[in-house]
Amino acid sequence: MTDKLAIETKDLTKNYGKVTVVDRLNFHVKENEVFGLLGPNGAGKTTTILMLLGLTEPASGMVRVFDFNSTREPLKVKRIVGYLPEEVGFYDNLTARENLRFIADLNNIAPSETERRIDEVLEMVGLTEERDMVTRKFSRGMKQRLGIADVFIKQPKLVILDEPTSGLDPSGINHLLDIIAGLPKMGITVLLSSHQLYQVQRVCQSVGILSKGKMVIEGSIDELGREAMAGGRFMIEVETAEPKAGLVDIIKKIEGVEKIEADGTILKISTDSDLRSQISKAVVDNDALLVQMKVHEFSLDDIYMKYFKEN
Amino acid sequence: MIAIIRKELADHFNSIRFLVLFLLVLVAVGGGIYAAKQGIREALEASRAVTEDGFVFLSLFTSSWGDIPIFTMVIAIVIPITGIVLGFDAINSERTGGTLSRLLSQPVYRDSVINGKFLAGIITITIMAGTAILLVGGFGLIWFDLRPYGFNMTGIGVPFPTPEEIIRLFLYFVITVVYGAFWMGLSMLFSVVFRRAAGSLLIPMVIFIIFYFFWVFLGFGGAIANAVSPITGSSDIATQIQQAGMQQTILRLSPSYLFREAYAVLLLPVAKGLGVITVAQARFMVANPISLTQSLLAIWPHLIGMVSLSAICFAISYIIFMKQEIRAT
Ligand SMILES: Nc1ncnc2c1ncn2[C@@H]1O[C@H](COP(=O)(O)OP(=O)(O)O)[C@@H](O)[C@H]1O
Ligand SMILES: [Mg+2]
Repeated sequence: MTDKLAIETKDLTKNYGKVTVVDRLNFHVKENEVFGLLGPNGAGKTTTILMLLGLTEPASGMVRVFDFNSTREPLKVKRIVGYLPEEVGFYDNLTARENLRFIADLNNIAPSETERRIDEVLEMVGLTEERDMVTRKFSRGMKQRLGIADVFIKQPKLVILDEPTSGLDPSGINHLLDIIAGLPKMGITVLLSSHQLYQVQRVCQSVGILSKGKMVIEGSIDELGREAMAGGRFMIEVETAEPKAGLVDIIKKIEGVEKIEADGTILKISTDSDLRSQISKAVVDNDALLVQMKVHEFSLDDIYMKYFKEN
Repeated sequence: MIAIIRKELADHFNSIRFLVLFLLVLVAVGGGIYAAKQGIREALEASRAVTEDGFVFLSLFTSSWGDIPIFTMVIAIVIPITGIVLGFDAINSERTGGTLSRLLSQPVYRDSVINGKFLAGIITITIMAGTAILLVGGFGLIWFDLRPYGFNMTGIGVPFPTPEEIIRLFLYFVITVVYGAFWMGLSMLFSVVFRRAAGSLLIPMVIFIIFYFFWVFLGFGGAIANAVSPITGSSDIATQIQQAGMQQTILRLSPSYLFREAYAVLLLPVAKGLGVITVAQARFMVANPISLTQSLLAIWPHLIGMVSLSAICFAISYIIFMKQEIRAT
C-alpha cells in the first residue's frame, strides 16, 4: 500500500436550498485500499459521490481524485473512475454485450480490445450465458451484476460503488464482496458506499462514517479498533449509594481492570473483558450499596448504531 | 460524440417509432404523386407565368387536386411531427431509465450528449425529407405522361429539372430540414426540463397545433393580425402599407408561417410569396415572376429566423442541462 491519495476532499460542502446535505467534509482514500463510506440513508453518501465525479457542483470546498480537480476537470476524472450508480439502468432494447460495447466506444477503446474485455468482465460477474440477451429481460440482480461488469470495462484506477449489494441475493453479495476484496491487488482503489456495516467491515481497510452530511469518524479499521481498545474494550459504569473510600483501590486490584475514574457516586471502569460479577462482588464486599451497573461495549457497531438511531 | 451519434442512429433506425414516421412520409409521397397526377395541369398553368414552359418539375410538388393535399402541405405537418417525436424523450428517457448517470460518468462532455442526439435526429430528418423529395421527383421522371397536357414529348416522364429547379428544390429540402430541426430542438428542450416523457411530448405538440393549425391553417393568425392592425380603406396608401407590414410581422411570429412563406417563394415563384398561397389562388394572381436571386433574398430572413429559433431552443436546453444534477434515483 502506498501513501498516494486516490481521493482527497477539503471542506466539501453541498446545499440544497437552505439544507446542508454535505457539511465541510474532509476525508481521504489511499491508493489501493478499499474505503467504506458508511452511513444511514440520507446521510449524504450519494451526494458526496456525485461531487467526486463532477456530476453535481459543490457549494464550496474542493475534491481531488488522483490529483485532478473533479469540479474543474471532470473528464480527466471520469477517464480513470468506474462508477456504479445506486439505481443502475441499461438501454433495454440492447443486449448486455451491446450495452457494454457502447460504454467501451465512449471510452475510445479499440474494437478488438473491446470484445476481449467484454468477455472478461462478463465472465467475472457470471453473465457469460446472458451476454446476447436484451437487458429488458434482466432481473434486478442481473442488472446489478451487469453494472459491475460495466464499471470494469474501462479498466479504472478507482471504482466507486454506490450501494452495490442492494438487489443481490446473499450468494451474489458474497461473490461481489470477494471481487471487491481482490481489487487492491490488481491496483484498483475502491470507494464502497453502503449502509450495511458488516459488509463494509468485511472488505474495507478504512471506513468513514457519515451522518447528516458530517464525517463522524474516519480512519483505518485497525486504528479505529485500537482506539476503541485504548479506552478499554468494555466500559462498566457502577453507581453506588454512598461511595466508600477504599472501593476504588479494591476494584483497581481486580485482574483485567485497566483504568478507573470516580465521578461523584459513579465509577467509570475500563476493563478488557466483562468483569461485572467480580466488580459487583467487590462492591458488596465493601458494604457499598449498589444502585446500578451498566456495561458499555466500544466498537464500530456502537458508533455506527448511535448515528443510525438518531436518524 | 461520434459514439453517441452512432448509437442514436442505430436506435432510430431500429425503432417502431421510425417505421411509423417513415410510413407517414410515404403517405405524403403517395398523396403528392396522386395530387400531381390529377392536378399538374393547374400547377403548370400557374408556374407557366414564370417561364415559357413553366417549372414543370417543381409542379410535381405543388400540385393539388380537389381535397388531395399538396405534397408540401403534408410535409409541413409530417416533418414537425417527426422532429417532435425524435426529440421529446431524448434526455428524460435516459434519466428515468437510469442510463444517464452511467453515460455521464464516462469521459464525454455533457454537451456532446445533446449535440450527438441532435445531430442524429437531424440526420434522420434529412434522410426522411430527402427520401420523400427523391421519391416524388423520381416517380415524376419515369412515370408521368405529360402529353395530354400539351407537351410535345417523345416519351413518358417529366423533363429533367433545370438547374434553377434543382437549386430551388434543394433549398426547399434545406429549409424543411431546418424546420424539422427547430421542432426537434423544442421537444428536446422539454425533454431536459420535464422528467416525464408525457409532458415533453404533449407540450411541443400543443405548440405545433397552435402555430400550425390555429395560426396558419385555420387562419387565426390572420384574424389576430387583422384585429391588431386593421387595414383601413380610408387611410392613405402609405399607412395601408404600414398596416399590412404590421400584419405580416404578427403572422410571422409562427415558425409554421415562416416555413410556409419560404417554401411558397421557392417552389411557387409566381407572386411575392406573401400570405397563404394555394395553386388555385396562384392561378388568379397577376404574373409577377421573381428570379432565383430575388427568391433567395426573400427567403433569407426566413432561413435565418428558423435557424435562430433552433439555436435558441438548443442554447436553453444546453444551459439547463449543464447545470442539472445527474442523480440516479
Ligand atoms: N435534489 C435534491 N434536492 C433536495 N434535497 C436532496 C436532493 N437530493 C438529495 N437530497 C437530500 O440530501 C440528503 C442526502 O441524500 P443522499 O446523498 O442521497 O444520501 P445517501 O446516499 O447517503 O442515502 C437526503 O436528505 C436527501 O433528501
Ligand atoms: Mg444513496
